[in-house]
Amino acid sequence: MAGNCLPPAEVTSSGRPVLLPDEIECYLFSSVDLECEELPNFPHLKTGLLSLTTHRLIWLPDSTAGDSASPSAIPLASITHIFSTKKSIRAMFASPRIRFQLSVSPDGRVLVSGSGSRSVVVTLVMRGKGDFDAFLAKFWESWRGRAWESSESVGSRAGSGSGTVSAAASGSGSVGLYSNEGVVRMVGVSGILRKEQEMWESTDKSLQDAFQDLNALMSKAKEMVMLAEKMRQKLLSGTNSQNGATNDEEMGSKQEIQDWLLSVGIVSPVTKESAGALYHQQLSRQLADFIKIPLERAGGVINLIDIYCLFNRARGTELISPDDLLQACSLWEKFDVPVMLRKFDSGVMVIQNKSHSDEEVFARIKTLAMKPDALRTGISASDAAMTLGIAPAMAKEHLLTAETKGLLCRDVSPDGFRFFINLFFELDLNDVYLVKDYGIYATWIKAVSASK
Amino acid sequence: MQKLGDFKLPPFFNYPPYFTLQPVRDIREKQVQLWKELILEFCRFQKIFVIGLEEEFPLFSNPAIERSLNHEAREAFLSALVSEGRAEWLDKGHRKCLILWHRIQEWAEIILNFVKDNGLEDSVMTVEEIRTGTESRGTELQDIDRTILVRALKILEQKGKLALFKGSSADDEGVKFSI
Repeated sequence: MAGNCLPPAEVTSSGRPVLLPDEIECYLFSSVDLECEELPNFPHLKTGLLSLTTHRLIWLPDSTAGDSASPSAIPLASITHIFSTKKSIRAMFASPRIRFQLSVSPDGRVLVSGSGSRSVVVTLVMRGKGDFDAFLAKFWESWRGRAWESSESVGSRAGSGSGTVSAAASGSGSVGLYSNEGVVRMVGVSGILRKEQEMWESTDKSLQDAFQDLNALMSKAKEMVMLAEKMRQKLLSGTNSQNGATNDEEMGSKQEIQDWLLSVGIVSPVTKESAGALYHQQLSRQLADFIKIPLERAGGVINLIDIYCLFNRARGTELISPDDLLQACSLWEKFDVPVMLRKFDSGVMVIQNKSHSDEEVFARIKTLAMKPDALRTGISASDAAMTLGIAPAMAKEHLLTAETKGLLCRDVSPDGFRFFINLFFELDLNDVYLVKDYGIYATWIKAVSASK
Repeated sequence: MQKLGDFKLPPFFNYPPYFTLQPVRDIREKQVQLWKELILEFCRFQKIFVIGLEEEFPLFSNPAIERSLNHEAREAFLSALVSEGRAEWLDKGHRKCLILWHRIQEWAEIILNFVKDNGLEDSVMTVEEIRTGTESRGTELQDIDRTILVRALKILEQKGKLALFKGSSADDEGVKFSI
């Protein structure tokens, strides 16, 4: 059924498209058919989710319908012409359509590079309830913007070792200190130092420009992320070059900067503008992707408030409200994502891995509580936090839950809030002096008398 | 084995959570039962009839583990005894509690047996003599709380086993047995 006509599109485990470097999502439209009558091998792509980006048109199958078609993408570079839509009476009753001309290879395949010798006409049937005119406007904008070209030329500029501007058809051979264009050629150590200096000066200017105007910042956003990436590389290479001699302070600030850079990672936030009615769905998926790393670092359980802060920080602008976050989390039930929202009895809400097992946590808590020290003096939330590898606040929630299950008992005193293994159910009301020589009670008595 | 005076304490007396009022219902129920038992047994052993919540009560603290029951816990356990009919509040503010390790009815029985054992069926005694007289020495009636004694006597009076009257001296009541 699916021919090799279109390049496949990579998706994450939550069904979100994996974007190319510099690629930004512009618009989402639901229930879109992708048709091409001229190509017999063209796959059946019906009622999928269409994601318009600066570089591609990505078609994603509707997961809830169990569609077995695979995600595909059309590079905007291979579009040679967009036909204007005819406003006819017939068009009023049917779903709106966009027709464009696509450049393909002689055997009818769309190439990633966008080149090709044949032309075919492709139709998008927009069945969903979105704003068709807005989508069409964005389509024209993205296609005309030709974002894929500037990333290519940036790549080639960074690749060249000299400071000269590389013109595409330049055949100029440079001799001597000055090249044909009159720019100082960089040679030797002084050249390297000069190059560094110029780079930092332009970086400084870039930063200044960016921070003056928020709009300018948004357009500089791409550059900012590139800058952040370069800084990170520099940090990594800088530490290695010191022959392994690192002091604690340096390591600490290096970690700090790495964390900060990681948090600036999202280039293409899902916004209400680009997704419309699908906002919460897409937000929900993006959140599921984002949360993987912080969740792992936090040991599998993380407070909802912490995620709210981390996620918004990563988005930069277009912040989401607490309500949006809650809705996005509750939508996870509908998709097959590996995380879930959980509310403890105390009201605290956390996000945890679906694979997280309460039983396993309780088993570990029980083991901890049966150690001789714990039998004598009990365990605190910090003790549990260290054993479970999670934050103390999260550990306390687990201890409280274990208490409601009858596994632990609380001990409140001037020494603090501690928990002991529950002995009450082992005590005999008819004979309070009876101690069986097996069981938790016996173990406890041994541990307590051993310290005397 | 730990002791409070001559009273043998159960091992779980050294279990710190025993001294914290437990919030989980099933655990709380067990804890309350254990404390009720312990209080009754201790009071019976030491012949304690009244517990003052704001006073030092040796059973409510364990210096070995540095724990003691807070006011809320004491009131909870004593209220449980009251609900069961094994104790009574002596004041509205719940500051003093009368402990009935024998119920009033049981005390009445004990008095009857005491009268029969000592051949006092038709005699006259003062209330104070019943409490502190030579006949009661070595029996359970020795140094019984006066309030409890009078209540038990009143029950027997209603059954026609005796009659209470005011004595010639202004301070004491008298009892005429007619068993």
